[in-house]
Amino acid sequence: MKEILRILEEDSRLGVEEIASMTGKSPEEVKAIIEDYECKGIIRCYKTVVDWEKVGEEPVIAFIDVKVSPERGVGFDDIAERIYRFPEVRAVYLVSGQHDLRVQVTGKSMKEVAFFVAEKLATIDRVQSTNTHFMLKRYKEDGVIFEVPEGDRRLAITP
Amino acid sequence: MHISSRVKAVPASGIRKFFDIVSQMEDVISLGVGEPDFVTPWRIREACIYSLEKGYTTYTSNYGLLELRELLSAYIEGKYGVRYDPRNQVLITVGVSEAIDLALRAILEPGEEVIVPEPCFVAYQPCVVFACGVPVPVGTGSETGFVPRPEQIESAVTPKTRAIMISFPSNPTGAVMPRDDLQALVDIAKAHDLYIISDEIYDKLIYGVEHTCVASLDGAYERTIYLNGFSKAYAMTGWRIGYAASNPDVIEAMIKIHQYIIMCAPITAQMAAIEALKNGEGDMLEMIRQYDRRRRLIVGALNGMGLECLEPKGAFYAFPCIKSAGLSSDEFAERLLFEEKVAVVPGNVFGKCGEGYIRCSYATSLQNIQQAMERMARFVQKVNQ
Repeated sequence: MKEILRILEEDSRLGVEEIASMTGKSPEEVKAIIEDYECKGIIRCYKTVVDWEKVGEEPVIAFIDVKVSPERGVGFDDIAERIYRFPEVRAVYLVSGQHDLRVQVTGKSMKEVAFFVAEKLATIDRVQSTNTHFMLKRYKEDGVIFEVPEGDRRLAITP
Repeated sequence: MHISSRVKAVPASGIRKFFDIVSQMEDVISLGVGEPDFVTPWRIREACIYSLEKGYTTYTSNYGLLELRELLSAYIEGKYGVRYDPRNQVLITVGVSEAIDLALRAILEPGEEVIVPEPCFVAYQPCVVFACGVPVPVGTGSETGFVPRPEQIESAVTPKTRAIMISFPSNPTGAVMPRDDLQALVDIAKAHDLYIISDEIYDKLIYGVEHTCVASLDGAYERTIYLNGFSKAYAMTGWRIGYAASNPDVIEAMIKIHQYIIMCAPITAQMAAIEALKNGEGDMLEMIRQYDRRRRLIVGALNGMGLECLEPKGAFYAFPCIKSAGLSSDEFAERLLFEEKVAVVPGNVFGKCGEGYIRCSYATSLQNIQQAMERMARFVQKVNQ
């Protein structure tokens, strides 16, 4: 029931009762569907999008384009796995274009990220080149706008 | 200085009174807003901005941009099978509000009557008065799903009746009038040679049922003045853009008034409306999906706290009955506002038969609805003790 997935994707805090109300199903049905999705890996995890800058922490985030020499019979999967096993790697995507993998890395400083790329990423066998872009400002992520949200501009009561 | 007696005859707006109170208070969760909480989708705003950059700032034809009329004509024909010639049967207006006024002024002789089923949008009866007509309200209740029975309409017809004015899906009840009931109403209009002014502004905000375009029914086309717009479906309330479609004589009469008082609807709004029709469907469907979730949540919560609420199949309003609380609509709304800081609109604002009900708009965030329902449940429990 994809509607349940859409609802949870927008707000994973919503309880079974509320989702049941919104979809016209019983709470028991909703609970069973969610558990089934969790078992099957359709729901991978429940996350919170945090603006760390507002609590005085500014993690450094970088996007690294990685060019890889492909290997017959193996493709890119093994090298992607080798990269994503590092906990500082937040995301890995296979992409079209001039590079093959796009990797998102987070660290405490630019130096830490740069050293990670130089010592751990670029040195992987079959990695031909890397191109690092440091994130300077986050405007929108995972569908969430990071700018100060505008209040409700509407008149309080209208016909 | 003298003020027209016709204008004086229209009482002060009940909505206005509530608005004045609510706007003095802080931290109120308002369920009293009759417009979408979404901003107009960016692609529509961007099209308007682009048109301004390109210098589209002039008057248009009184009828409105031909491209817009052609798109509307194609849309109505495709969706409802009703064909209006874009050259002389479609008129772009400044919101459906202007279209209502034009329609009434185009067809009414002084003193003629317009049957207006209630509860209904606050503007209908005043607009009939301003057009020198006499509104004849026909009350409905939850026992008929807020849909007028044919016998009620029939008994309201007199030799002076010129038109019946309806709007489904309804503001404030969210009711959708079933096809058979609408056909019965059309049959009455045909028997007495009446117009039907049909305001279908909420036609796209519909949940689990089909909307019936009145003009598509047997015997309806020649006597229906079809009104619709962009405010609710595309969150374009402030743009003031709507349209009327009817037989050429009626549109010609309406345009005669329109051309002198307005000239044309704003070109920027018309350009935006073109974009809405061409590319806005995805955004519109997403908004409707959100409304549907909220609708189920709010109706479930209202019934759960003992305020009997029929399931609204359209628009974005719930119209629960508050009689079990032993308070009038005004008392309930005022006390709820002052004691729990939740604003709703008393049902009597929409007609006498609205007494004993309140209108709750779910055009607000899920979080607001959840909080408002918690506060309202607390209030209802307190009142019932």
